Amino acid sequence: MGGAGSVAIPAQSLLALAAILFCVGLYGALTKRNLIIVLVSIELMLNAVNINLVAFSRLGVAPNLNGQVFALFTITVAAAEIAVGLALLLAVFRLRKTSEVKDLDLHKW
Amino acid sequence: MLGLAWTPPMIAFLVISLLILVCAIMAISFRKVIYMALAIGGVFLGCAAVYILLGAEFVGAAQILIYAGAITILIMFAIMLTNHEAEEPPAAWSVRNIAAAVGCVLLGVTLYAVIRSQSWPHGAAGADVNQGQSNPVAVGLALFQHYTVPFELVSLLLIVALVGAVILAQERKEDE
Repeated sequence: MGGAGSVAIPAQSLLALAAILFCVGLYGALTKRNLIIVLVSIELMLNAVNINLVAFSRLGVAPNLNGQVFALFTITVAAAEIAVGLALLLAVFRLRKTSEVKDLDLHKW
Repeated sequence: MLGLAWTPPMIAFLVISLLILVCAIMAISFRKVIYMALAIGGVFLGCAAVYILLGAEFVGAAQILIYAGAITILIMFAIMLTNHEAEEPPAAWSVRNIAAAVGCVLLGVTLYAVIRSQSWPHGAAGADVNQGQSNPVAVGLALFQHYTVPFELVSLLLIVALVGAVILAQERKEDE
């Protein structure tokens, strides 16, 4: 714990955890039918990336705080993204009375 | 699992990653949308635990406040305001689902092969990322000394996003 010294957790394990989490999120984003769950799956993928950023902030060749600062910026942008996404979802639901991806085919040709 | 050192941080990491993966699998396999949103809260809390385990206490606290607190509640609100009885159909073996599953498994296997084939750094033993201060102080100094302009830009982005969200979500007269 703390900021000093090396960590007993190997980088491979952290990277593998993030890779699995990313793939689960990708599968959810590609197959789920409810728009909210698609947004949630994208959040899963963003979290996987954040794990990598924080891991390399600590376990990189030259450990420094840049990874943690980047993770903070990612969290902020993700919060903005989900706020706008859910507002769009509410607007779509009010117009078309549906929150399913397959019904949002207005621009399909 | 064979070459691992069974130190307390490693055991904690294994328990936390098991929790994260179980919650993630549950989040995309439940059929009721509201249960999915609850399971995703578990993933966010698990990620916060990983950050704290890695010594990034401030990022962990921000993760709990923003993700597990705000975003999960926002998702719950969106579910309640739209079709809150929504259910996913039972998993069907359609072409799209199989193609997505095969693609994701292939991506996962490729990533894992790359991860295994490289030798990764383990952090410098003498390095202190916080330069002797506590983690929030060090993050604050880094934010305001090296990342001042991105920090201000991100605050601008938050304002624009929140105002935009309010304008998008408000009722309009011509819709009626």
